Amino acid sequence: MATALAPVTLHADAPVNRKLTEEDKLALHRQMVRIRAFEQLSLQHYQGGKMAGFLHLYIGQESVAVGTISLLGENDHIITAYRDHGHALAVGMSMNECMAELFGKATGCSKGKGGSMHYFAPDKNYWGGHGIVAGQTPLGLGLAYGLKYKGIRGAALCYLGDGAVNQGAFHESLNLAALFDLPVIFVIENNGYSMGTSQHRSSAFKSCLAERASGYDIDWELFSGEDIYEVRARTQIAVERAHNESRPSVLEIATYRWEGHSVADANKLKYRTKEEVERHQQQHDPIQIWKRHLLAERVATEDELKQMDREAFKEAEEAAEFAKSSPFPEPESIFEDVYWEVDNRTESGRTGRHFFND
Amino acid sequence: MPRSLSYRHALREAFDEELARDPMVVVMGEEVAQYNGAYKVTEGLWEKWGDKRIVDTPISEAGFIGMGIGASMLGVRPVMELMFWSFYTVAWDQIINNAGMVRYMSGGKIHCPIVIRGPANGGTGVGATHSHTPENIMASFPGMKVVCPSNAHDAKGLMKTAIRDNDPVMFMESTALYGELWDVPMNDELPGGELLIPMGVADVKRAGTDLTLIAHGRAVITCLKAAEMLKAEHQIDAEVLDLRTIRPLDEEAVLQSVAKTHRAIYVEEGKPFCGIGAQVAYLIQNKIFDELDAPVQRVCSLDAPAIYSPPLEKIQLPYPEVVVAKALSIC
Repeated sequence: MATALAPVTLHADAPVNRKLTEEDKLALHRQMVRIRAFEQLSLQHYQGGKMAGFLHLYIGQESVAVGTISLLGENDHIITAYRDHGHALAVGMSMNECMAELFGKATGCSKGKGGSMHYFAPDKNYWGGHGIVAGQTPLGLGLAYGLKYKGIRGAALCYLGDGAVNQGAFHESLNLAALFDLPVIFVIENNGYSMGTSQHRSSAFKSCLAERASGYDIDWELFSGEDIYEVRARTQIAVERAHNESRPSVLEIATYRWEGHSVADANKLKYRTKEEVERHQQQHDPIQIWKRHLLAERVATEDELKQMDREAFKEAEEAAEFAKSSPFPEPESIFEDVYWEVDNRTESGRTGRHFFND
Repeated sequence: MPRSLSYRHALREAFDEELARDPMVVVMGEEVAQYNGAYKVTEGLWEKWGDKRIVDTPISEAGFIGMGIGASMLGVRPVMELMFWSFYTVAWDQIINNAGMVRYMSGGKIHCPIVIRGPANGGTGVGATHSHTPENIMASFPGMKVVCPSNAHDAKGLMKTAIRDNDPVMFMESTALYGELWDVPMNDELPGGELLIPMGVADVKRAGTDLTLIAHGRAVITCLKAAEMLKAEHQIDAEVLDLRTIRPLDEEAVLQSVAKTHRAIYVEEGKPFCGIGAQVAYLIQNKIFDELDAPVQRVCSLDAPAIYSPPLEKIQLPYPEVVVAKALSIC
C-alpha cells in the first residue's frame, strides 16, 4: 500500500538529500507537523476569542519553509511577510513564545508588541515577520548587502507571496540585487491567490511569475513545493549560487494554503471551489507526501509518525496553556522598545524629550 | 583661529571623520560617488574612500533606502542621501514601517542605526514636488529622530552624533544654506578633539529680553535677521532660540526662554497645519500659561503647495519683514 502511493523520488537522489540521515528526515517531518499543530491550535484559540487582529495560517505550505530553511547555515538569514509562523518555528523559535505573542502576552516573542504578523528572532537569523506586502523585500536585500559588506559568506532568503510580485519595492529590489551582485534569494511562495484574487486576475505574466527575474538578468526557477526533497534539491542550487557567486536568485515555489487569506477571510470558499481545496488536501498535502517517503524508505512506521503528531499537538496545547497563563504586558512597557538610546539609558537617550504625553 | 566653512563642506568633514572612525559607516545615495553629489555635499569622498564606502545607487528610493535599513539591522551604519527630502514619499513605507517600527514590533530585538539625510527646503524654484519640508511628518512617528541644523557648525556636530546614534535619524538640510559660510573650529581647537553636538539640545543663537523667536533650520537665519531689524528699528530685543533637533525636543530651553521674555513666535518653513510651531505653542501654553503676556504666534510657509513663480515663492516662505510684523503685533 505504502509503496503504491510513494511519490516519484528523483529529487531524493540530489546530493543535498542523499546526505540526510534518518534522524534528519524525521526532524523535517517533526517540523512540519509541529507547524500544522501550532496553526490548528492557533485557529482554535482565535475562534475562542483569545486573539485580536489577523491570523494568517500556513497550513498546506509547511514544506516550503521547512525545506528551504533546512538548507541554511549559521551565516544565512531569513525574512518573510506576515504569514510567518511556519518560518518562525522552522528556524527554532519556541511554540511558547510564538503562541504567547498571538495572545498579546508579555512572554511573546515580541513582548506582545507585534502580534501574528511580526515575529522576530535575530539570534536565529530570523528578521521577521512583516506586515506590508513586499515591504520586506528591500530589507532582505539589505541583509544580503550587510553580509557582503562585512565579507561574510552567506545568503539572505527573502520570502514573499505571489501577490507581492506586483509591488514596486520588489522590482526595485530585483534591480538592486542584480546590479550589486547580492547573495539574496527571493522565494515566491505561490499559493495561487493574493488574498481573494487569483494569480490570473492579479498578475500579467508569460510562463510564470518568477520569469520576471529574467528581465533583471537574475536566475530563476519554478517548481512544486509539495515534496521536501524537491524543495531542498532546487533551493540548494540558489543557496550555492549565493554562497559561491554572490548572485541573486528568484524561486517560485508552487504551494497551496488550505485556509483563507486570514482567519477573517469570509470568502475563502467563494473565490475558489470546495473541490479545489479538497483536491489539494487529499493529493498535495506536503506532510502526507513526506510521510509516504518516510514509510517507503522505512525511516519510520505509521505508529511512530502518529506518535509524532500527538507530541506536536501536546506541545501546541502546552504552548496555549503557557500563553493563557502568561501576564499581559504592563502599561509602562508601551514606552519601551521605541528608542534604543532611551532603552539603554544612554546620554543620548536622556537628552531632550522623546515622548510627548502630558 | 576660527575658519570659515560652508554648510556642505562641514557635512563632508563629518562624513569623512566618521568614515575614518568606523568601518561600518557607508555613504549611499543617488550620484553621491562618481558624480560627487548632486549638491556636492559628498564631493571628493568617493575618490578618497572608494566604491565600498561611497556607493552610487540607481534612482530607486524605496529599494535602496530599504536596503540600507536591512543592512543597518545587521550592524552596518548607512548614511543615506535623499537627493531631496521631498522624495521621502516614494520610500515612505520603508522609512516609516521598517526603520521606524521594526524595533517596537520586535519587542526591542532589532534596532536601525541609520541616517537618512538630504535637503528639505523650498525657495529654490523647483515647484511643489521638490519643496517639501517633512520634519513635522517625520517627527510625528515615535521611534524617529529628526534633526534640522541651521548652520555649518551645528550641521557638522549633529551629523557626527547622528551617525553614532543607534536609532534612525532623519537629518534635514537646506540647499539654500549649502554655500553659506560659518565659523567651524578645527578639531585640534576643541577640548575632545572633535565637534559633537548632542541631539535634544537647543541653542540660543541671540540673547534677548522682549520676545523669543523660536525656529529650526533656515528659519533661524530669518529670525536672526528679523531680530536685528527689531532692535534697530523698534528697540525690541528678541531672543532667537534654535531648536536644532525636533525630536528629541529641548522643551526646557523653550520654557526657560519664554518664561524670561513672556512672548513667543514660532517661525518655520513648513506649513502651519500640525507644524512644529503647533506642537511648541501647545507646550508653552500648557506649561507656562501664566508667564505669557500675549498669545503664542506662528509664522509659517503660506498654506498652499509650494508655488513656482519666483517672486511669489519668495513671499510664500517666512522672511524677516513678516516676522517683524508679527512681533510688532504682540509687543
